[in-house]
Amino acid sequence: MGSWLRSLTVSQQIALLFVIVFGVLSFATVAAFAKSLRSMPEDKQASYDAMRHDLRALWVGTVLFWIAWATGAFVSTLLFAVVSFLALREFITLTHTRRGDHRALLAAFFFVLPVQYFLAGGQYFDLFSVFIPVYAFAALPILAVFGNDPTRFLERAAKIQWGTMVCVYGMSHAPALLLLEFPNYEDRGAFLVLYLVVVVVSAQVAQQSATQRLRARPAARQISRSFSWRAWLLGSLAGGLAGGLLYWITPFKAPQAVFIGFVAGGCGTMGALVMQALKRDAGVRHWGSRASVTGAVGLLDRVAPLCFAAPVFFHSVHWYFGV
Amino acid sequence: MTRPEAAGLLLAFLARLITGAQGHWYGSPPKAEQRIYFANHQSHFDWVLIWAALPRDLRAQTRPIAARDYWTASPFKHWLTREVFNAVYVSRVRTEDEDPLEPLADALRNGDSLVIFPEGTRGNKGEPQAFKAGLYHLAEQFPDVQLIPAWIDNVQRVMPKGEVVPVPILCTVTFGAPLKLEPGEDKRVFLARARDAVVALSKVAA
Repeated sequence: MGSWLRSLTVSQQIALLFVIVFGVLSFATVAAFAKSLRSMPEDKQASYDAMRHDLRALWVGTVLFWIAWATGAFVSTLLFAVVSFLALREFITLTHTRRGDHRALLAAFFFVLPVQYFLAGGQYFDLFSVFIPVYAFAALPILAVFGNDPTRFLERAAKIQWGTMVCVYGMSHAPALLLLEFPNYEDRGAFLVLYLVVVVVSAQVAQQSATQRLRARPAARQISRSFSWRAWLLGSLAGGLAGGLLYWITPFKAPQAVFIGFVAGGCGTMGALVMQALKRDAGVRHWGSRASVTGAVGLLDRVAPLCFAAPVFFHSVHWYFGV
Repeated sequence: MTRPEAAGLLLAFLARLITGAQGHWYGSPPKAEQRIYFANHQSHFDWVLIWAALPRDLRAQTRPIAARDYWTASPFKHWLTREVFNAVYVSRVRTEDEDPLEPLADALRNGDSLVIFPEGTRGNKGEPQAFKAGLYHLAEQFPDVQLIPAWIDNVQRVMPKGEVVPVPILCTVTFGAPLKLEPGEDKRVFLARARDAVVALSKVAA
């Protein structure tokens, strides 16, 4: 079965993936609709509504992703850059920057972000890997210094740096996957992005539904009432399983695909937890799809797993395969 | 589509891209009634933000106030305020025989809605300064026009005084319940009440 799937041409594999992905989504939508025909108690209704909301977001995401894929690497890079921009906007809204940070923030949004995605798109992977950790790390606080405001300086500089690392650096590794060149794996870079997204999303969904059923002891109660080690493990295993099922679109062998899926999935759910801690710190109490009063729509919550998983995934692949 | 309309849509799009420009309506729905929106003033960006937060069909009949000497100084500024925003011009220099509120009264007689910043100048503290009397006189002359308080949040972070390029940060505009001038109400009492209504919305927004 696996070798047969592997032997298909690129366009056949794409067609098959199209049928699978949109088939699963349509099935979920139909199932959700069928469920809505029956009346349900109040408490179920709320979680059902949340689920419907997530499903709609998933549809939008998948369709966008597919359009980007169909139109080529340039559009996909642009798409991820826009998502990155919106995520960073939300991140900066949540942190308390001061007037003196204005120039540093402008540089982060309008210089660092475009340059990072340009480096990804142009396959300058050497500079791409160090541009933010080295150069932006030095440049942003320098700009902030000339804001002439020492109040909580380290804290502000750290927040801007961290936001850029997560929202720009982390996110930019997803489109960079498109352009990695594996031997005997031409034109299939987008499969790796799909692999990563599916693995991370499966882990996240599995972890969430596990926490609802398990009632296990929370691992960090002050930050998240629901995150538990057992649920995390189940989520990561689901990531591994999804990775294994998709191994035929990757350059990996089946056990490798499972292992990498496990790591990326586990990393992603951890990333979501870290982002939740950050929101707590910023005084935002709710989490997920509900729009908060600041207008933050919860995009950050959704992309955080990807932001954390993508660099780990990219660099482990980069290093392991030596490409 | 005419060029000013296109420019307006582009501006609204940019404002939404940079700030989100979320409008929250508490106590008054976004309806095409004649209204005076009054809000706290912290940045040049305030008007664009309120304008972008309004539904598209309300934008055409909601007009800002612009200082004539500044906003007609260059052809571009003049075009922007006249064609895109349909601004009401007022002169900052006071002459003897002219009522400075006359252009505003004209616009209201016309049936247009206005956005005014009764502090008169941009503050940079969190709390708005005391309101100027203009709002009171308009309320007195036009008792049928709804007075809607609005609180603009976060915009001082987008473009602090003295900066020209905005930083992308999410902002909200919270619109409150309409205010009415009570019969025989003292000017100072009314202005304090109006200011309190705006400040109260900051608590709702937080």
